[in-house]
Amino acid sequence: MLLKKHHIVEKNVFVLILGIFLTIIIGGIVEIVPLFTMEQTIEKVEGVRPYSPLEQAGRNIYLREGCYNCHSQQIRPFRDEVERYGHYSLAAESMYDHPFQWGSKRTGPDLARVGAKYSNAWHVAHMTDPRSVVPESIMPGYPFLANRALDFDDAKAHLETLKMVGVPYTDEMIEAAKADLYLQASEDAAYDDDFLARYPKAATGDFDGNPQKLTEMDALIAYLQVLGRMVDFTTYNPQMNLR
Amino acid sequence: MSQGSMAQTAPSSAAVNYNMDVVRWGALATVFWGVIGFLVGDVLAWQLAFPALNFDIEYLNFGRLRPLHTSAVIFAFGGNALLATSFYVVQRTCRASLYGGKALPAFVFWGYQLFIVMAAIGYVTGVTQGREYAEPEWFVDLWLTIVWVCYLAVFVGTLLKRREPHIYVANWFYLAFIVTIAMLHLGNNLAIPVSLFGTKSYSMFSGVQDALTQWWYGHNAVGFFLTAGFLGMMYYFIPKRAERPVYSYRLSIIHFWALIFLYIWAGPHHLHYTALPDWAQTLGMTFSIMLWMPSWGGMINGLMTLSGAWDKLRTDPVLRFMVAAVGFYGMSTFEGPVMSIKAVNGLSHYTDWTIGHVHSGALGWVAFVSFGAIYHLIPVLWNRERLYSMRLVSHHFWLGTIGIVLYITSMWVSGIMQGLMWRAYDELGFLQYSFIETVEAMHPYYIIRATGGLLFLLGSFLMVWNVYKTIRGDLRNEAPIGTPATVAAE
Repeated sequence: MLLKKHHIVEKNVFVLILGIFLTIIIGGIVEIVPLFTMEQTIEKVEGVRPYSPLEQAGRNIYLREGCYNCHSQQIRPFRDEVERYGHYSLAAESMYDHPFQWGSKRTGPDLARVGAKYSNAWHVAHMTDPRSVVPESIMPGYPFLANRALDFDDAKAHLETLKMVGVPYTDEMIEAAKADLYLQASEDAAYDDDFLARYPKAATGDFDGNPQKLTEMDALIAYLQVLGRMVDFTTYNPQMNLR
Repeated sequence: MSQGSMAQTAPSSAAVNYNMDVVRWGALATVFWGVIGFLVGDVLAWQLAFPALNFDIEYLNFGRLRPLHTSAVIFAFGGNALLATSFYVVQRTCRASLYGGKALPAFVFWGYQLFIVMAAIGYVTGVTQGREYAEPEWFVDLWLTIVWVCYLAVFVGTLLKRREPHIYVANWFYLAFIVTIAMLHLGNNLAIPVSLFGTKSYSMFSGVQDALTQWWYGHNAVGFFLTAGFLGMMYYFIPKRAERPVYSYRLSIIHFWALIFLYIWAGPHHLHYTALPDWAQTLGMTFSIMLWMPSWGGMINGLMTLSGAWDKLRTDPVLRFMVAAVGFYGMSTFEGPVMSIKAVNGLSHYTDWTIGHVHSGALGWVAFVSFGAIYHLIPVLWNRERLYSMRLVSHHFWLGTIGIVLYITSMWVSGIMQGLMWRAYDELGFLQYSFIETVEAMHPYYIIRATGGLLFLLGSFLMVWNVYKTIRGDLRNEAPIGTPATVAAE
């Protein structure tokens, strides 16, 4: 039987390497490739858009501080999770997330739909000293975010890179990237139809209580405030998206 | 045998001039990074119990230290243990010196240390891809790719030089580990840097495809880095220490191919009930359950090798480390398939149960089998009569074991409790607990866990002392373990 032929593999390094490679390549191909080719992998929904420059900057800070180590962004279709956090997460909602941030642990609560749940002022207080608003919290404080100027003046390069990996930024968005970065954190943004057309539902205005300076806190809160709000679920039909 | 004794006195052309320098460095690096990794891990555990310990300083916050801990134990401690033992085992079982002379293996070792240091500096300063266990940014990944290709070249080159007709089973596992990690590393780190002079890059994939690619990588980092590689270690050091042949040659063939085939499919069990399509979740669950069999094939082959030599466990704490490791391996490879069942995962996912599971594998299996191999290797590598103290090894074993038991039992309780609290409803049909109430309930278990981690860390300090004294050439004056006289004396 086959076991008797195993000496061929054991005596020839290259046969062994080839055997190993063929054995380990199969599972990945069968599971991952269809995700890129099957159309129904990502639901058809309205409203998911690329992140604004300020939101993307905030997202990068979210990564930098390792928020994903304790917070998930993926609501499972369970009664308790839907009641606690909102509609279960769709694949479409993270289709412009490079990388994904679904997380694997909830030391803190899920953040997939944290947008608009708390005020900007609450977020500033919470980030500066979590236990000032949630006494039992075990989250670290991030007071330094409010003091540090946001370093994202190369927003254009970031958007161009994201476009290369598949995020549909338009030329208009890329040209306006740096201006939009500052605009979103000003009171003017709410009246700027071009900006709101580029980034519908974006939270605007000063976020951190300090209009003089664009800080990392501004960016992070702008990101948190848009999380989970892009899709209009009143028009979403789950039956159309059974997978 | 005559060849061996000749090599001691007058090296002849027949004697192999083994390259043991890189093995010695690797053994020391294993001990060094192990202590660092355990220390950071225990700091994190205390931070979860007492958040003031974050000091709200960015370089010390949990979010930045946690990748430092995971990478330090997996890639620095585990990686150096694999590097050192694979270079030792492949030379001994091939009766050939390492391919590439002195320079190439030395480059692999020092290049790998540079990778660790670059990655660690990145974590603390916030340079990260934000992908669990694959946090290093693009330039660090490119460097590791170069090092890894050289590692493969040294290993395969040595196999080609072998003076034995067969490639020994331990080397199959080491080879599968090296080849698969190369594939995973390249596949999961495809990214485009924003600027060639900056650290930031964006992953080529997004959302659901990115998630599965990441867990295809993440789960098989467990499967090939922390399992296949360490099974290679088991297949050399347990038979050597027990002075028994491997229990079953056939079983080793079957479980080797089955293990490496099935492991690759199991990634989706990290994404149960997420936006990953159901077919992929079910496929991942099915293969995860099947994976139980080849995993236990390895366990059985390791444990049954002790047949006729079980009495050695009483007198040899080094062997005890290795055998307990195989026991923990069997336990966590049973727990894993159970947790991959969707109904169980619905409860366990996002909770501490997962953390406990990982640590029964990482502390119980990976660390214990590495400790066993290190304790075996140190006197051999430095030509010492024996270890400085077997009693200290035994104390290390019990400190470590008690630490692990405290760790995993507290995480079972806290994980299952929190999972149940999240889904609890009161009699009026409302969610019974707010999220923060479930966090508060974790506090006592976080203290127990941190205490368990502390015991484990203290055990590793004993190892440092023992290794230091052994290399110095000191021998502790002590009665051998297990003799009637010492039993009476204690």
